Amino acid sequence: MSSTTRVLFDEPGPRARRQIQVATAVSLLAIAGVIYLAVARFADSGQLAAAKWSIFTTPLVRTFLWEGFVNTMKLTVVSGLIALPLGILFALLRLAHNKIARWLGTAYVEVFRSVPLLLLVLMFVLALPPLGVNLPIFWKICVPIVMCNAAILAEIFRAGVNALPKGQLEASLAIGLTYWQAMRLVIFPQSIRLIVPALVTQLVSLLKDSTLGYAASFPELLRTANVLTARTHTLIQVYIVISLIYVIINLLLSYLARVLERRLNRTRVSSAGREGGAIEDTPVGGVLPMETAPGGAIMR
Amino acid sequence: MEIVLSNWSPLLDGLWITLSIAVLAFVGAMVIGTVVAVMRISPVAPLRAVGLVYVEFFRNIPLLCLLFLVVFGLPDIGVLFNLYNSAVIGMAMFSAAFVCESIRTGINTVQVGQAEAARSIGLTFSQSMRFVILPQALRSMVQPLVNVWIGTLIGSSLASVIGIQDVTAVGQNLNNRYAGGLAVFASIAAIYVVIALLSGGVGGWIERRVTVLR
Repeated sequence: MSSTTRVLFDEPGPRARRQIQVATAVSLLAIAGVIYLAVARFADSGQLAAAKWSIFTTPLVRTFLWEGFVNTMKLTVVSGLIALPLGILFALLRLAHNKIARWLGTAYVEVFRSVPLLLLVLMFVLALPPLGVNLPIFWKICVPIVMCNAAILAEIFRAGVNALPKGQLEASLAIGLTYWQAMRLVIFPQSIRLIVPALVTQLVSLLKDSTLGYAASFPELLRTANVLTARTHTLIQVYIVISLIYVIINLLLSYLARVLERRLNRTRVSSAGREGGAIEDTPVGGVLPMETAPGGAIMR
Repeated sequence: MEIVLSNWSPLLDGLWITLSIAVLAFVGAMVIGTVVAVMRISPVAPLRAVGLVYVEFFRNIPLLCLLFLVVFGLPDIGVLFNLYNSAVIGMAMFSAAFVCESIRTGINTVQVGQAEAARSIGLTFSQSMRFVILPQALRSMVQPLVNVWIGTLIGSSLASVIGIQDVTAVGQNLNNRYAGGLAVFASIAAIYVVIALLSGGVGGWIERRVTVLR
């Protein structure tokens, strides 16, 4: 519980403790009832049959799904590696003194944060080939993901730079560094430390974006799962297993982000930076992906 | 371009479907999200656990995967909704996790001193929430909630993958029929961008109206 809610709840007296005990018992019963109902539903429609679940033990299915998984990871890592420098570039554009550069950066970020990723993928798959731009399937999904996530990463970098106390820039300018030297030597290294958790959280979004390879016929995990359901007629089993795979991987990544945040915050020197720090306020950047990714990075 | 202009009627229908899905999903998400947020801060441990599991599951699952699960998987166990309702329910449950996190973050940004002061003047839990904590928390929740709305709007485009004729699907159809290509998709992208920017603008206006200048 957060400190606010801990303060709101007084140490419960005997009557409150009894109420909490009653509520705990009732809610436990309710949860058990819901779980029982769900399992009963599964059993009634014959979905608990061993035959349906045993397909996951066959090596053929396992290899098939593993290939999909590897493709998903490839897509995620490659898009992340390409989107990162692009994001830095657009962040720098937005922070530049030159009005045209600033306008370019802002326009790109605002547009590509608001465009649905699916639309971009469809554009690359359906609209561009007739015009001659026919990329291989991997790039048909990778380039749109990069375009959208570069905009989001640009916002994360910008937030990181803005979260630093202004004194840092002023001091670096005062000792004679130019603006770009100050950015390169003083501001960016510090802001990188601030935003690493948000970057890892963005990796989670990238992983979720990879499922849009479905629209590009790229054989990532979701599409291989779909093919599997068509062949083995085991819809809900496959989708449950796939969902669990995605959730577990993303949970691990989020946990990594939390560990990184704790580790980095422990050695942080400046505490005055909390005011602008939208990043620190958000639990593991939990809200940050949302506010920098209306393009649906999490929604995909 | 002519394709878009001469086909404005199906585009408008698609836009209506997109907006209706997004609005219904967002409203549903607000309701579910508030409930889950309350569960997460309640002193009853099982409710806290359920809230945590809910949020962690729906934040980490890709939306497309969730839509497949809800639309194609659930009928297997007999939970049947029509296509539109399944999509709305899936999107609402998905966004609810983010609404819950926004609410919790908003409540956490209220300084602890406020809650302590409220207690020390004798307000009960619900009184301090109503008069002290929530009004301040709501102010800092505006921006994240607007972003959840924009995310819901843009995520609704995924409904086209499962067969709903929202504006993205209409664009695909137009492209198939007339090979209009880039112009069609660019116009639809423009529609989304305009709505998202407008929403952002309205959100900023709301936030400015409720900000307390210190």
